[in-house]
Amino acid sequence: MKGGGLGSKAKKLALALFAVAGAGVVVSQAKLPEQWKEAALRVYVPPGEYDEFYVFFSGGFNGQIGVHGIPSGRNLRTIPVFSVNPENGYGYSEETKNMLMTSHGWIPWDDTHHPELSQTNGVPDGRWLFINANNTPRVARIDLSEFRTVEIIEIPHSAGNHPSSFITQNTEYVTAATRFSIPIPQADHPIAEYKKWAKGTITFIKVDNSEGEHNNRMEIAFQLLVPGYDYDLAHCGKGPSHGWCFFTSYNTEQAHTLLEINASKKDKDFILAVNWKRAEECIAEGKGKKVKTKYYHNYIDPKTGIAVAEEKNEVLILTPKECPGVAYYLPTPKSPHGVDVTPDGKYIIGGGKLSVNQPIHSFEKMLQAIKNKDFVGEIEGIPVLRYESVLHCEVKNLCLGPLHTEFDDKGYAYTSCFISSEVVKYDPKSCKILDRIPVYYSVGHLVIPGGDSAKPWGKYLIAMNKITKDRYLPTGPELPHAAQLIDISGEKMKLLLDFPTHGEPHYAQMIPAELVVKRQKKIYELEKNEHPYAVKSEKEAMEKGVVRKCDEKGNCEVHIYMTAIRSHFTPDNIEGIKVGDVVYFHVTNLEQDWDIPHGFAMFGAKNSNILIMPGETLTLKWIPEKPGIYPFYCTDFCSALHQEMQGYVRVSPKDADVKLCWSLGNQKKCAD
Amino acid sequence: MHPLSRLLLALASFLLIGVYFLPLWRISLTAPQYPEGLGMLIYVNTIKGEKPHDLYNINLLNHYIGMAPIEPDKIPELKIMPFIFAFFIVLGLLGAVTGKRRLLKLWVALFIAFGIIGIADFWWWEYRYGHNLDPNAPIKIPGMAYQPPLIGCKTLLNMRACSYPDKGAYLAAGSLALGVLALAIDALYQRKKKAAEALAS
Ligand SMILES: [Cu+2]
Repeated sequence: MKGGGLGSKAKKLALALFAVAGAGVVVSQAKLPEQWKEAALRVYVPPGEYDEFYVFFSGGFNGQIGVHGIPSGRNLRTIPVFSVNPENGYGYSEETKNMLMTSHGWIPWDDTHHPELSQTNGVPDGRWLFINANNTPRVARIDLSEFRTVEIIEIPHSAGNHPSSFITQNTEYVTAATRFSIPIPQADHPIAEYKKWAKGTITFIKVDNSEGEHNNRMEIAFQLLVPGYDYDLAHCGKGPSHGWCFFTSYNTEQAHTLLEINASKKDKDFILAVNWKRAEECIAEGKGKKVKTKYYHNYIDPKTGIAVAEEKNEVLILTPKECPGVAYYLPTPKSPHGVDVTPDGKYIIGGGKLSVNQPIHSFEKMLQAIKNKDFVGEIEGIPVLRYESVLHCEVKNLCLGPLHTEFDDKGYAYTSCFISSEVVKYDPKSCKILDRIPVYYSVGHLVIPGGDSAKPWGKYLIAMNKITKDRYLPTGPELPHAAQLIDISGEKMKLLLDFPTHGEPHYAQMIPAELVVKRQKKIYELEKNEHPYAVKSEKEAMEKGVVRKCDEKGNCEVHIYMTAIRSHFTPDNIEGIKVGDVVYFHVTNLEQDWDIPHGFAMFGAKNSNILIMPGETLTLKWIPEKPGIYPFYCTDFCSALHQEMQGYVRVSPKDADVKLCWSLGNQKKCAD
Repeated sequence: MHPLSRLLLALASFLLIGVYFLPLWRISLTAPQYPEGLGMLIYVNTIKGEKPHDLYNINLLNHYIGMAPIEPDKIPELKIMPFIFAFFIVLGLLGAVTGKRRLLKLWVALFIAFGIIGIADFWWWEYRYGHNLDPNAPIKIPGMAYQPPLIGCKTLLNMRACSYPDKGAYLAAGSLALGVLALAIDALYQRKKKAAEALAS
């Protein structure tokens, strides 16, 4: 009877879903076609077992990074990077808000595009993940032992930091470059005089790879001043081409309006090849000029957990004219998007997005052409190489709208094709097309484990699609972006799984899980916590208690030393707070057990909650505006008595004669 | 004393030095939300967590049911035990060097007595620890006590507690066995000697 009722309810629900889904089909697992049964077995990860790979998707306009497990596609975490995250207090807590400081002030949002894993000898090593901020140019570093953003550096003399954050084979440098050319230094000009004011920069950020716990690792080594085109994507060489980085450019027409038409006129645009080892030589010879500017370098001090925001005032600018041999242009058809180097470092593939033929340049031929001075011109000190002399081949009729290429463990290339909505597999040496598979719909980038490194792991490919339409249950006009998991282990590509993602993944990095798992931190050591307001025990919290300091104008600051442990805060009753006091709750989580965070939320606080990990101290600021009793509580279900984990603050009028006291149970202390 | 017995007694004494470095007993706890388990290692002079923060976490969990925190500094046995073992080492070596049979007998007798008293005391500590509950504890289950077993496993609420002797205890038992063997060999030797003397006279 009961079973029948449920059955009919389920049927009704299924019918309703069918109706809403329109063209979609509500699938019954029992009637799964053979093809999908096979795919289901490939992607099913039994309860309690781990996925084989981590994938890190950029979140695009959400400013974050989405972490999924592959092959299941399960969403594991979202790492806040350039956007505030009220979920855990990132950007809101006193400790983390400095991470979002820029020369334009504090900015709560950005647009993340291209994550890149740190590498050793050209192989992803699982230490760090870099990612760019596109809108207000910045590069962030995420420490994968804690899945936290620990460092952000702003890029001066840049706008639209799109060809970023690509790295060299031993993480010597991270790249940044201008999508939008701008006046350098910034100045007031008529827009129509674009050709006069437009300049681009290619930035090389030096990375300190030394061992040890410190987070101030990135430093701008130099900026190469380049012609005012739009620079789009990048990848650095490896093996024989180590020492070079390649950047695509479009709008070599230098249009400033209706780029759709005006920047698509030329038959060929460029790939810019930058020899950074040559740049290092020039700098060592004293070339380049130190230029005054302003940018921020923010990083978490691992001892205290507090973000330091350092203002920097100088950057070294190098021009191609004063450093001959530092840069060359490789003509490449039709507004190229991706530029990807084969695992052996020998070929450079340009994604000529408006071309049907895919050009593949040869690094060896490029060196030969440079040696022979086989130039067809020079632009602002940058020689333009002859297309035919550097070209290895054109893969004829690859597809429509080729954007980006990655590689598998057998040396094959896979290119995403936006317009024809497909992924094409080919051999970059023989230039022969081997296979193609449709994707749903309009794929942007794709990712293969280690697919842009010297040693791809192969096995899977994920297509990151820009248009979703009918792929999932509809969610109104705004839909999630779709990712499709494709098996590339055999000769023919096979679609395995379709799963939604967060924000807009522009690019991703995939890595065998064990390389990241072995580095995981489970807690922060309470003993090593050097936060100036940390307290290591409840006794210490009661002793230090609440400190109220007022200046001569009567503006008061209150610092509350508080601990959280299952299942209470110490102290949990506070009296003597006055309207207008700037109150800081410094909460130390005394737990030393994995996965026991405590949350802290204050009634009326205009920021967010804070989620404090075991052994960590975080601070929430609160300015009470009216007298009353204000409760606070733990927001993270930490224990059976979580609902009891709460307390009260008494707020009195500014002139009230209420003594500053704090208590827990029958322990009470008051300020002298 | 027979030379072999002297050697064995010396060996038994030296073995006891290892007791200072190895845990005597291990109490481990597992629960659904503790798949990796929590563990407590009892040494002659202290109690340590099996993993860095295990003892801290055990105490934290125990506060729910009102058990007193385990504070190694406040357990008198842990202050006395190192001296007791030192006494056995010295006494054993003295017996081996002098070859006095009385010392060997005394060593074995005292060691057995110490073993029995020690284990009984441990049980008594576990009893008090499991029964002496704070009446203000958040979780109170009438009639429920949390005494871990002496040897074996027992389910206490959501926790499965297992208690077994560990390397140090096995070492002490081995040492005692050597002492008993020394005593047996010597007894056999004395009996033979007496028989030979009787035959000669
Ligand atoms: Cu809590």
